[in-house]
Amino acid sequence: MKIGSAADLEAVRQAGMQKLRPGKPRIAVGLATCGIAVGGNRVYERLREIIERDGLDIVLTKTGCIGYCKEEPLVNISIPNKPLVILHKVTEADVEEIVKQVSRGKVPADKALCRVPSWDHVTGCTLEYGKGFSKIPLYEKVPFFKAQKKVILRDAGLINPEDIDEYIAVGGYAAALKALTGMDPETIIKEVENSGLRGRGGAGFPTGQKWRITRDAKADKKYILCNADEGDPGAYMNRNEMESDPHMLIEGMIIGAFAMGAAKGFIFIRAEYPLAIKRLKLAIGQAREYGLLGSNIFGTGFSFDIGIATGAGAFVCGESTALVASIEGRTGRPHPRPPRLTDIGGGLFGYPTDLNNVETWCNVPVIMANGSDWYSRIGAEGNTGTKVFSLVGKVDRVGLVEVPLGTTLHTIVSDIGNGGANNKKVKAVQTGGPSGGCIPLRLFETTVDYESLNRVGSIMGSGGIVVMDEDTDMVDIARYFINFATGESCGKCVPCREGLKHALLLLNRIMAKKGTKKDIETLALLSDTIVATSLCGLGQTAPNPVLTTLAYFREEYDALVKP
Amino acid sequence: MDEPTLDAIIARYDDPAGRLLGILGEIQDEEGYIPRESLAMLAEKLDVRLSQLYSLTTFYSYFSLTPVGDHVITVCMGTACHVKGAPGILEALEGMLGIKSDTSEDGKFSITTDDKKFTLEIARCFGACSMAPVLRIDGNLYGYATREDLPAILAEYGWEP
Repeated sequence: MKIGSAADLEAVRQAGMQKLRPGKPRIAVGLATCGIAVGGNRVYERLREIIERDGLDIVLTKTGCIGYCKEEPLVNISIPNKPLVILHKVTEADVEEIVKQVSRGKVPADKALCRVPSWDHVTGCTLEYGKGFSKIPLYEKVPFFKAQKKVILRDAGLINPEDIDEYIAVGGYAAALKALTGMDPETIIKEVENSGLRGRGGAGFPTGQKWRITRDAKADKKYILCNADEGDPGAYMNRNEMESDPHMLIEGMIIGAFAMGAAKGFIFIRAEYPLAIKRLKLAIGQAREYGLLGSNIFGTGFSFDIGIATGAGAFVCGESTALVASIEGRTGRPHPRPPRLTDIGGGLFGYPTDLNNVETWCNVPVIMANGSDWYSRIGAEGNTGTKVFSLVGKVDRVGLVEVPLGTTLHTIVSDIGNGGANNKKVKAVQTGGPSGGCIPLRLFETTVDYESLNRVGSIMGSGGIVVMDEDTDMVDIARYFINFATGESCGKCVPCREGLKHALLLLNRIMAKKGTKKDIETLALLSDTIVATSLCGLGQTAPNPVLTTLAYFREEYDALVKP
Repeated sequence: MDEPTLDAIIARYDDPAGRLLGILGEIQDEEGYIPRESLAMLAEKLDVRLSQLYSLTTFYSYFSLTPVGDHVITVCMGTACHVKGAPGILEALEGMLGIKSDTSEDGKFSITTDDKKFTLEIARCFGACSMAPVLRIDGNLYGYATREDLPAILAEYGWEP
């Protein structure tokens, strides 16, 4: 069936709602990569066995991940007219009891993490689940969730990512319908500009401006790309966005393609994410079946399709020109810009090309659905919207955290993350991956926005926040990142290729307690030189972990060297 | 890899965008490495130079030119794993398998036991950071790994002390 009109979309929405609210108990197991790894699949299989064995009238399905990784495997239970209940740390051994309770209209209270009486899916759909189970804590009272604001992760862990109908049920593709049938490209770009959305890959370039440049480029063909190569170690937001809500990305790309006049888009995704690739392919296939991808979308005459291009493990391919080289089947070595991707001759196969990160695309449907005014009220001046962070390392509550930009590190690490794991004292966080820096505890009142993080020597990056505690050796962390960057340097320019190698040798010497004060000074000078003279962003930012640890943890270096 | 299998892979890539890395990735997934004969066959079929394919396989860390053992153990060396003890996990695995980590001739960190049962590799990051430290054996992830867990995990794959 093709969705050609608002009436068609409404019909699918109602059918999807029947799946989400089937009028009987529904059990959904969190099956993103991390849920599967801790036994989610076994829980799912056991549930299936028992429901079949006893011939029970219970719907069993799968869902993505709500982000509370520490508590996995997570299982949602919705019983008609009762709140949705999220169970945590569920094992196969719990399944018999869960099914027994659910078939009596109850839930095992000792396994319950929280209850959700109603949920705002943001895109015009608030699901009222029901009342009851008052002894189970409310979702918004759970410390991990309390300070979060779910905009991007609005559906993650609640809908089945492998079923387009459920995405449509909670308001999905209504924004694409609105944009394609009710707005012209100029108005769409204005909305994105007014929203203040900035690139979520880390650099923070205004998205609307990039779209406008691409739209204005004079060429008979244009491409749009999605960077899903997520190469930062310590970051996995994009993986979860694609595994838990792939249609959100596809819908964002459809709207962007229409605004910029592109007929083809590609998602460049790392081969290390097999489940995300599988779900994206499935989602693209379903969108084609409904005519949401392909020719004459919504009968507007506009045609657009998405292909998948897999990356093969090269951190430098996050750089735009290297990413394009990779898709074209060449080695990912950056070239100087201009020409930029948006220029004629600079993009994919020489055509003007717009490149945005997964999460940037994911912001587009909500902006279209609710308007730029609504969007720009979230977050801070010049840093609007929310951002998803992967809060990992030596923090008590690890997981994916979505907060408005402008939230302090303290809120993220202490309030949401509950500080150090095993009652250890937190010493620093590292943001922005290998291009970022280490921020010490005394600067935790720093707000997380593009400019504030730059001021303390780090960067926003794609959203990895790795927590370090009193046991973490900061010189070792600096060496870890320089080792990483040395291995990932493409070798094209001398400052990056040779400079990083020598920085690594200096760090090795210092770590082996064979270094001198002079070595520390040389390391600082070399770092500044690499920043100033490297060809691309990889080299220009690679010394940041050294520079920040030298600035904030100099005593740890001094303790290792001879005077 | 035989010719029909390679042809079937090539047939899945009708768009030039993403074609070369996609095909190489599928050969890697199928064989566990990229055999030289497959590269030569691919070069001929696509009319690209063998040197170009060679340069791709050595540039991108996902590809390997060295045959692997029956089971491939990959230790994640991402930041979260690093701070939570991945180097210790790697060291313990080296001890258990009686091998010492090394870089092979194509620049990849990959070493196989003499009996060809296990290959030990490292990865930059799996993106499973919440479960750090993480290792993967033949596609199965093992999170929150400790040195003590390793004998039981490896035993599932036929490892004996």
